[in-house]
Amino acid sequence: MDSVGVVIAFYVLSAITIVSAASIFLLRNLVHAIVLLVVVFLGMAGLFLTLSADFIAVAQILIYAGAISVLFVFAVMLTPLASRDNGNSLYAGPGLLLGGAIAAIVVVTAFDVEWNQLTGVALEQRSFTDTIEVIGNQLLGPHVLAFEVASVLLLFALLGAIVLVTDPNNEDGTTAEEEAGKDTAVGGSE
Amino acid sequence: MSTEIFGFDGVNVWVDGLVRVLLIVGFMTVVVMGLIYGERKILARFQQRLGPTRTGPVGLLQSVADALKLVGKEDLRPRNADAWTFELAPYLVFVPVFLGFVIVPFVLDWQVRILELGLLYFVAVTGINIVGWIMAGWGSDNRYAMIGGMRAAAQGISYELPLVLSLLAVAMVVEVPSDSATGESLRGSLNLNEIIAAQAEIPNLVWQPLVLIVFFIAALAELNRTPFDIPVGESEVVGGPFVEYSGIRWSMFFLAEYAALLIMSLIFAAVFLGGWAWPAGLFQDDPWPRWAQALLVTGKAGLFIFMVFWVRASVPRLRIDQLMSFTWKILLPLMFAQVLINGLVLVYDWPEIVLTVTGLVGVLVLVMAVDRAVRHPRPRPAPATQLEGEAAS
Repeated sequence: MDSVGVVIAFYVLSAITIVSAASIFLLRNLVHAIVLLVVVFLGMAGLFLTLSADFIAVAQILIYAGAISVLFVFAVMLTPLASRDNGNSLYAGPGLLLGGAIAAIVVVTAFDVEWNQLTGVALEQRSFTDTIEVIGNQLLGPHVLAFEVASVLLLFALLGAIVLVTDPNNEDGTTAEEEAGKDTAVGGSE
Repeated sequence: MSTEIFGFDGVNVWVDGLVRVLLIVGFMTVVVMGLIYGERKILARFQQRLGPTRTGPVGLLQSVADALKLVGKEDLRPRNADAWTFELAPYLVFVPVFLGFVIVPFVLDWQVRILELGLLYFVAVTGINIVGWIMAGWGSDNRYAMIGGMRAAAQGISYELPLVLSLLAVAMVVEVPSDSATGESLRGSLNLNEIIAAQAEIPNLVWQPLVLIVFFIAALAELNRTPFDIPVGESEVVGGPFVEYSGIRWSMFFLAEYAALLIMSLIFAAVFLGGWAWPAGLFQDDPWPRWAQALLVTGKAGLFIFMVFWVRASVPRLRIDQLMSFTWKILLPLMFAQVLINGLVLVYDWPEIVLTVTGLVGVLVLVMAVDRAVRHPRPRPAPATQLEGEAAS
């Protein structure tokens, strides 16, 4: 059986994750919601750790808690209704339907899968090995196509962002601010 | 479950964890107070002043006095500030830095934990504090704080890329002791202990000069140090995200800033200067005694910290647009090229001297790019009144 610490950690982390996730939907304040989202991400990273999935836990913190949450902050700041007391709940009906459908899929899958349940001696014989080497070999071996497709997708997203912010009337690449600033520039070339 | 700590066997895991956490907190606080004193003294020398002299012998107790004053100061909160975000932000800035100390290799076998994913863990946990900066900036309900928080986020996200790529470039070529089963020498490790042990004879400084410089620049930006102190620049945003903080919460920001400097210096010493292993590995196979290793690591970390203070005393602050174009147009392409070259050397078994040569060429390119940028500075963005279209509103 798992040690007591792991069991306690599982319940505590689950409670934190579920309570914060539920609060995100109930809060009116978008910035508070983002902070709670970070808590959810960290809680999930903790849950991954209790499963001995150290690489996924660290990646979860690095990508979701560190980067995606900041992206959300910028998105919220650019939203006109992002002031405090944002009271609109649009698309509540379709959202609930979609959420319910996803939850149903997850539950059905969880009950349908033959989980590899090990206990007692069998569990102790499965000694923990570090996962990063296996993941690396899998990603660059059998799954290299999916890996590359994901890279190309991200590259297109990057290019798309650059195209979106570039002024089409301005071919030499300088932005409108620089054009306007040229006559007031201090220093300049020698 | 039980582990071993300081030679005592069979210590409960929780007790072991508690002891290590307390040791780290104590160590961190003392060293941070020393760093603040050191920075004031060194800066004073650069500016032909004396620095603190009155409190204690040669001003040594100045930091202690400051700390006592800060603890006793009233913890104010502006009436319009958002209570939860404002109060919790200092913890979210401080705790990630503190968590980073888990993997720092002080001396051989003297660390909280040896993690297989050491470097990745370090990058991941120290990245969380950006959220804390934004919370502080937004929660203060102060325009200066808000602008500072946004700048901190933009800068932190941008400079994390060259920082991570520089660590990756080193981690991918590290030679791991050969596997006894297969007998072949493996390459690539994120484990800081293995990275240090691999540098026993030649530190990464020799193989990766460009990576070292890019890491130093990116670290300056991550630490919000001059010339990248845009989020906290007093003359622009009067202290940035922590303009409204006082007393114990403000000192937590301060503690986090210097603790981050300390941890970055220790990582620098470990990854590029060979930590406790170099140059001890040149003379004998056994590692030096612990006190000598500690002196060695302190000296290397101190070198990094002194360079940070030196740059602070010498270079003026960049503008935000200069900062962004520097990382995206100069640092990032250089790091991509370096990672590519490291990969080629790994795959085709080219001699390692290729790394040194290409690294030095990269340094030359970087210096020329900076030189050109200094001679032909980007025009200053127009004041808001001259803007047209959407940006003007």
